[in-house]
Amino acid sequence: MRNKFFNGMMKIQKKAIYAFLFLAFSFSAYSQNVKLLNIDQLNERVKNGKDSTYVVNFWATWCAPCIKELPHFEKLQADNKSEKVKVLLVSVDFKSKLSSAVVPFVKRKNLKNEIFLLNESSPQEYIDRIDPSWSGSIPATLFIKGDKRKFVESEFTYEQLLTEYKKL
Amino acid sequence: MKKIILLVMLAFSAFLSQAQNATLKAGDTAPDFKLKNVDGKEVSFNSFPKAKGYIVVFTCNTCPYAVGYEQRIIDLDNKFRPQGYPVIAINPNDPEASTADTFDKMQELAKNKKYPFPYLFDAGQKVTDQYGAKRTPHLFIVSKTAKGNVVEYVGAIDNDPEGNNAQKTKYAEDVIASLKSNQKPAITQTKEIGCTVKRKAKA
Repeated sequence: MRNKFFNGMMKIQKKAIYAFLFLAFSFSAYSQNVKLLNIDQLNERVKNGKDSTYVVNFWATWCAPCIKELPHFEKLQADNKSEKVKVLLVSVDFKSKLSSAVVPFVKRKNLKNEIFLLNESSPQEYIDRIDPSWSGSIPATLFIKGDKRKFVESEFTYEQLLTEYKKL
Repeated sequence: MKKIILLVMLAFSAFLSQAQNATLKAGDTAPDFKLKNVDGKEVSFNSFPKAKGYIVVFTCNTCPYAVGYEQRIIDLDNKFRPQGYPVIAINPNDPEASTADTFDKMQELAKNKKYPFPYLFDAGQKVTDQYGAKRTPHLFIVSKTAKGNVVEYVGAIDNDPEGNNAQKTKYAEDVIASLKSNQKPAITQTKEIGCTVKRKAKA
């Protein structure tokens, strides 16, 4: 049994090497991955992170205004590399859409920011834990600087986003 | 002095504009409206003289959450209209900001989906602002009382937007069950993810 398996392996060895190379290449080409994250983990990420300001954007692949403003968040991070700011993109897509929608979207748009999929099941609880004023509509963005938190439940132009960031 | 007056006025107008958009809560009066239905007729609370209350739902053509709840909204109407609680759907989106939400497109959708309930166009988003509807779908359950129309519940239809949880809590159904037995609903407010109400970009 083992021999037979081994022989079989030899035959397809060449193919396997190609397949491995192809996979390795595609994994490195797509270095960005999407991690599941719950509210506790998000709070930990912010508390234990090295940065002093966090811009947490809540979005979804099905939300047109969110998709429109995602490049602004990419630009905010890229333009402020020298500052201690971190943009976190938290998708509220259904968990079942992680590999079918969220990962392919992130890959297609070549998003560079840290991306998460919110791993919570009860909107009743988690919406208030993000901010009690949040009605639940997206896009919505939470700015955190030390003890200060500012929550904005609307879409941004780049200028508006930059203004909010500078105001912190 | 002039500066102070100006500041006070500014603060007051900011307060007003904020107040205008605050979402109604249980116990608030539910404002009546007169809006154009997809059949061209105007609909208000009085269009249902025998109703004991109303299921007012702000929903639209496009939002995936609204689309996901489409059938459940139809089911609500089929189940509760005969019991005195008809669905009244209102599209809160500005048709210039969301071109798939024009009156024509609303008519198309209502026809294709055979909506058994009115689907109203909110010109100028006035009723949307009066209710403080923030997203689609956003549900308001209203009861007709001696003191007028009163909001009993604001929030989600159930806690299962994806529609695959057999154990879901059906908030809207539970609220109406309470109202029918002359009780106040146990849950009067819930939150749910949804699409923002689409508005013209501010100048």
